[in-house]
Amino acid sequence: MMRFMLLFSRQGKLRLQKWYLATSDKERKKMVRELMQVVLARKPKMCSFLEWRDLKVVYKRYASLYFCCAIEGQDNELITLELIHRYVELLDKYFGSVCELDIIFNFEKAYFILDEFLMGGDVQDTSKKSVLKAIEQADLLQEEMGLA
Amino acid sequence: MVVPSLKLQDLIEEIRGAKTQAQEREVIQKECAHIRASFRDGDPVHRHRQLAKLLYVHMLGYPAHFGQMECLKLIASSRFTDKRVGYLGAMLLLDERHDAHLLITNSIKNDLSQGIQPVQGLALCTLSTMGSAEMCRDLAPEVEKLLLQPSPYVRKKAILTAVHMIRKVPELSSVFLPPCAQLLHERHHGILLGTITLITELCERSPAALRHFRKVVPQLVHILRTLVTMGYSTEHSISGVSDPFLQVQILRLLRILGRNHEESSETMNDLLAQVATNTDTSRNAGNAVLFETVLTIMDIRSAAGLRVLAVNILGRFLLNSDRNIRYVALTSLLRLVQSDHSAVQRHRPTVVECLRETDASLSRRALELSLALVNSSNVRAMMQELQAFLESCPPDLRADCASGILLAAERFAPTKRWHIDTILHVLTTAGTHVRDDAVANLTQLIGGAQELHAYSVRRLYNALAEDISQQPLVQVAAWCIGEYGDLLLAGNCEEIEPLQVDEEEVLALLEKVLQSHMSLPATRGYALTALMKLSTRLCGDNNRIRQVVSIYGSCLDVELQQRAVEYDTLFRKYDHMRAAILEKMPLVERDGPQADEEAKESKEAAQLSEAAPVPTEPQASQLLDLLDLLDGASGDVQHPPHLDPSPGGALVHLLDLPCVPPPPAPIPDLKVFEREGVQLNLSFIRPPENPALLLITITATNFSEGDVTHFICQAAVPKAPLRLKLRLTYDHFHQSVQEIFEVNNLPVESWQ
Repeated sequence: MMRFMLLFSRQGKLRLQKWYLATSDKERKKMVRELMQVVLARKPKMCSFLEWRDLKVVYKRYASLYFCCAIEGQDNELITLELIHRYVELLDKYFGSVCELDIIFNFEKAYFILDEFLMGGDVQDTSKKSVLKAIEQADLLQEEMGLA
Repeated sequence: MVVPSLKLQDLIEEIRGAKTQAQEREVIQKECAHIRASFRDGDPVHRHRQLAKLLYVHMLGYPAHFGQMECLKLIASSRFTDKRVGYLGAMLLLDERHDAHLLITNSIKNDLSQGIQPVQGLALCTLSTMGSAEMCRDLAPEVEKLLLQPSPYVRKKAILTAVHMIRKVPELSSVFLPPCAQLLHERHHGILLGTITLITELCERSPAALRHFRKVVPQLVHILRTLVTMGYSTEHSISGVSDPFLQVQILRLLRILGRNHEESSETMNDLLAQVATNTDTSRNAGNAVLFETVLTIMDIRSAAGLRVLAVNILGRFLLNSDRNIRYVALTSLLRLVQSDHSAVQRHRPTVVECLRETDASLSRRALELSLALVNSSNVRAMMQELQAFLESCPPDLRADCASGILLAAERFAPTKRWHIDTILHVLTTAGTHVRDDAVANLTQLIGGAQELHAYSVRRLYNALAEDISQQPLVQVAAWCIGEYGDLLLAGNCEEIEPLQVDEEEVLALLEKVLQSHMSLPATRGYALTALMKLSTRLCGDNNRIRQVVSIYGSCLDVELQQRAVEYDTLFRKYDHMRAAILEKMPLVERDGPQADEEAKESKEAAQLSEAAPVPTEPQASQLLDLLDLLDGASGDVQHPPHLDPSPGGALVHLLDLPCVPPPPAPIPDLKVFEREGVQLNLSFIRPPENPALLLITITATNFSEGDVTHFICQAAVPKAPLRLKLRLTYDHFHQSVQEIFEVNNLPVESWQ
């Protein structure tokens, strides 16, 4: 299963953190700091996988943002890359040509979208259409501002 | 006075506008004070906005625990906006270590049973993200109900929540196992994917569940086959591959079900072959499926042909331009190199190419794999590649590469000279990265190869003359020059260019080492001792040496000083003993398998005796009277003379011959019996510490395809003349065999 996903900028600013395994706040901060350092030290031509602690880390840089997933030994690195890409596509479709600022100013939306795509670290729906439709409906509901 | 509350976006702008860390802190502290006040006042309308702001600053690393109760309130609200932010807050702020988290259980229960679908979705999502064991136990019945709901939107989420619940509370498996069978018939990809994930989790946790789910293997095969053969579907395809996420998940479950199970493995064999050959490999999605397929093939009981196909796919991956693909190929091949060695060997050239990777994580794997692939037939070629790699590899790989090369050289060196050359090359290229015992190993190796003394000292002298900075090299060179200085000056070594070395040059070089600030104290010790030894090996007068020795008598380094003083005394007072003391060193006994040629042979002989089960009786320390056997007494089981060739153990002495120092040459082995593939060999060793003793090892080998059972070998030796009577009984090819024979042609060397 996926243990956690992080989004952070080249300057080491955290933009999203989703934890799928119960970890204390202190431990989380430590892991985030450590992992950010490791990933930011990688050169551009290096491969997207690395080993960190007892986990495998899959990361990919999209413009100014690093998307970083920590997975377990049994998990498939290549499909995790597809997973990251799918999430980026969802964000892109939702925000219309997404950039880091969108994620910064609408961080809750980024979480909501992620929560329609993954649950407990596993993929819940492989249809882009279906996920986007669910977000759309939730947004509509929010606008109505009443008990539905 | 009501202070207008900042909107989230405005706060974010303000924070980003801060020029320094201190300024940012100020802005945030001010805003948090507002937020706290707002929470205290209990403003329901803006609560969600306040919490959202709090969550933002929490992400920046600031404390937000005072928002926990607000999450509860928001979740309990009837407004969807509130619930959305409240549940998000719960996932980010509530910690299962603190009891506060339990307070949302009731709200979740209500939302699960009475909420509209989006609300149910929020509740399930939160439960699967931060649900503690207690919460899971409490809410399992609610989730179970939702598994059978008509709406796929809720069902797919309920299934994944069940996965989380089982991870937290394994006993809940009994609740969530039964619905799986029905769920597997669903067409909805999300539900199917969730179900397969659920089944995988159940099987990983319980052998009983694993057995139970083996019966769905045919169904899984069918689902995957349909996916693979059906046409292009825009909704779920990526790069022309049908729902790769689902394919990968199915393949993973098949792996778990097929592991160690012939029948299941066979059921999936054809499908795996189909996926392996038909998946589009032009993009990552296809390769992800292919990769999972390979992992599955290698882990189940697959046909040999399929395994080779899988390894070949990995070999092709190694040639892929995408370095991510090359990475997974290298890691997988490394896992397979022991179990499928010959299949992986076929890709050795490609693996070696990967040593040239610019990405260090790839070249590291390529190094590990290359070292694992070295064997006696490819050692020369491989070492060439590895030594080239050593010269240019990144510094953090140097040590591993150097020790890997030295280890492989020790195991597979075709000749001693090659071995010495290899170690020399490693010491010159990466001297600072070798392990501490490299110096001892090399001096031992050189010492034991008498025919290579002249060669070694010449090469080491040349290397030292070029560079005195690599300490291990300098130490070995100094030692060698000291020991074999006479050979160095004699100048004749056929294997290298003849070079006239003159005494003064040699002394000057050693002095240079002594004086250099790069030399470690140990190195200087080596150099000083070498100089001293040369006093007996060189022809000229020893004034220069005596001078150096006397100067170092007042050296600040205590160790060096002591040596110098002792050597000086040797010159002045004990000159008559000097030659004897500084003689060539005898070979030091070591436990390494290469040090003792004879020990190596007996070890190999022991390894050959695979199939024939020689009954291992506890070692008898008393002499056995076996002559009764020759008189025809039968029935009693006598101790077979099983010998232990190691010098430390108790020995069964078969022969006690008169004391004459034996020649050091090893005695040839002797084959004494052969019948239908069963062979008996004798090998002879004289232990160096007790040359009067002759140890005979009887090795029985079964080269045939049939098993040999109940094997008993008995030996009797009349005192003189030396001969051996052997009696064998065993079962082979359903026959009882009994043989009695005499060995008369023992090698001449064994008599003495």
